[in-house]
Amino acid sequence: MTAAMATVREQDPIYDQQPGKGRLVVKMRSVTKVFSNGTLALSNMSMDIGAGEFVSLLGPSGCGKSTALRIIAGLGRPSSGTIDWPSSRINSRGLPEGDVGFVFQEPTLMPWQTVFGNVFLPLRLQGKTKAGSRERIMETLAMVGLADFANAYPRELSGGMKMRVSIARALITGPKLLLMDEPFAALDEITRQKLNDDVRRLWQRSGVTVIFVTHSVYEATYLSNRIVVMRARPGEVYRDLAMPEAEERDVHFRSSEEFQASSALVSRTLLEAISVGGADHE
Amino acid sequence: MNDLSRIEKGTPVASSEAGTDSAVAVLIPRTSLSEKLLRIVMPFAVLGTVVAIWHAIVVINNLPPYILPSPPRVIQALIEDWGTLWPAMMITTKITFMALALALIGGVGFAIFLVQSKWVELAFYPIAVILQVTPIIAIAPLILIYAPSTQAALLICAFLVAFFPILSNMVQGLKSVDHNLLNLFELYGASRWQTLLYLKLPASQPYFMAGLRIGGGLALIAAVVAEFAAGSAGAESGLAFRLLESQFRLNIPRLFAALILLSLLGIAIFAVTTLISWLALHRWHESSVRREN
Ligand SMILES: Nc1ncnc2c1ncn2[C@@H]1O[C@H](COP(=O)(O)OP(=O)(O)O)[C@@H](O)[C@H]1O
Ligand SMILES: [Mg+2]
Repeated sequence: MTAAMATVREQDPIYDQQPGKGRLVVKMRSVTKVFSNGTLALSNMSMDIGAGEFVSLLGPSGCGKSTALRIIAGLGRPSSGTIDWPSSRINSRGLPEGDVGFVFQEPTLMPWQTVFGNVFLPLRLQGKTKAGSRERIMETLAMVGLADFANAYPRELSGGMKMRVSIARALITGPKLLLMDEPFAALDEITRQKLNDDVRRLWQRSGVTVIFVTHSVYEATYLSNRIVVMRARPGEVYRDLAMPEAEERDVHFRSSEEFQASSALVSRTLLEAISVGGADHE
Repeated sequence: MNDLSRIEKGTPVASSEAGTDSAVAVLIPRTSLSEKLLRIVMPFAVLGTVVAIWHAIVVINNLPPYILPSPPRVIQALIEDWGTLWPAMMITTKITFMALALALIGGVGFAIFLVQSKWVELAFYPIAVILQVTPIIAIAPLILIYAPSTQAALLICAFLVAFFPILSNMVQGLKSVDHNLLNLFELYGASRWQTLLYLKLPASQPYFMAGLRIGGGLALIAAVVAEFAAGSAGAESGLAFRLLESQFRLNIPRLFAALILLSLLGIAIFAVTTLISWLALHRWHESSVRREN
């Protein structure tokens, strides 16, 4: 028990040194976001994300997780503070070009396009041809287990399969950074577990940096190497927790003491975050 | 460059969920042949019965043709007056379809223009609404004065009536695009033009199709009503004028014949617009997908 606890290191909210990872992918400094209706969604949020990390943003609903993720994606500018993508090519609009993949909570597919057409979209917007992209699209579809469904329409797919299409679409450009906003929240437990495993394996094999928003302690602990716990009102980073180094995340990991200890700590931290800040009482 | 290419081919990271996925491949039970036949036979049987009753009423009551002609008498008129009725039908068809085509181009074009900015919409939408809420029959005489020919006036009337439903549906469609999809396009740096072409226009197809079906029906109604308002249309007159003319001359069988042709034209427009809509939407949109529970 104590040995397991020792691998969980608590760190300052501002994460300055990245163990073993030099290159930063995202650099957020004192980002504040005030919406036009006066809602202070994010307050003074600073966070660094290193290349190859799997980071979860965890917090009660309404604490600004989605807002933070959208700002990281370059959708919507911060009201004050800075956001930078140190290892990306920045285009004329001040945004990282083609380096970010986004998976929304809903699959967000175009219903009038086939699975193939949906995955082709990012390439099409980059001016690539359908014929020239075919091989890559089919490879990516095979990777998410949908090779046989290239010509199916979204309405013919189950919720889990739609989500896979959405993931394939996010991966098709070979992004450095994969942002996922509670991607599996609407799925049943079994499908969710399966997709969690898939995402983790994808991350391991491809080396893509993942920022994963969730409100599930279990999911965050299972998936990530680092958990940024946020609190609400105003939305800010409460704690930045490093997770166990365990490479293999499977059934054994889930029943290990290490995992139990980590999730207990994450749970506790989240409870603290909720009691310190205000949570949404729905 | 692409990190993901490092993943070995043939070893999918994910496998598909057998339970739900295989359901897609299961054979869908087809509508049985007898049901298909019944679908065609039933409406014709009902129609035939109505015509038979009509005929019986005329025969039993010994009604003269200038009060109520029997169905054979109407058919006879249709054949005898074919030389007048057919060109009239062509004229009405031409006006209706030209008006519809213009309304489609104008409605879609104007809708795209309107959604470009909030200010443009604020400034121009009320004008379109004023045109719409003013009963077209009331401005028909005015249009008749200014238009170079009666036909042009009819065309303008039919266009104005068909234009608005297409416009308002398109505006609605262009504005109700999924926000997350818009975000996605923004994320990939899509241009305005790409967003319009690949997202906004396809997403508003169902709205466009609704506008097309409403506009098609209204274009015909407006073409007829405007011709009633125009009264005499000279040699180049449409079915509505022939209908009025038959009434004046108490040629009731011909009036019925003209009415049948108008009705056929309406059915044709309905069939064509419904077919177009089905072709465009049946693969993906709920309104055209056969419901299965
Ligand atoms: N577009 C918006 N306009 C106004 N307020 C918003 C908007 N988006 C989010 N908010 C508010 O900002 C806060 C944070 O929202 P969000 O980032 O969606 O939280 P989370 O994803 O953690 O549930 C909430 O109080 C929410 O109501
Ligand atoms: Mg959210």
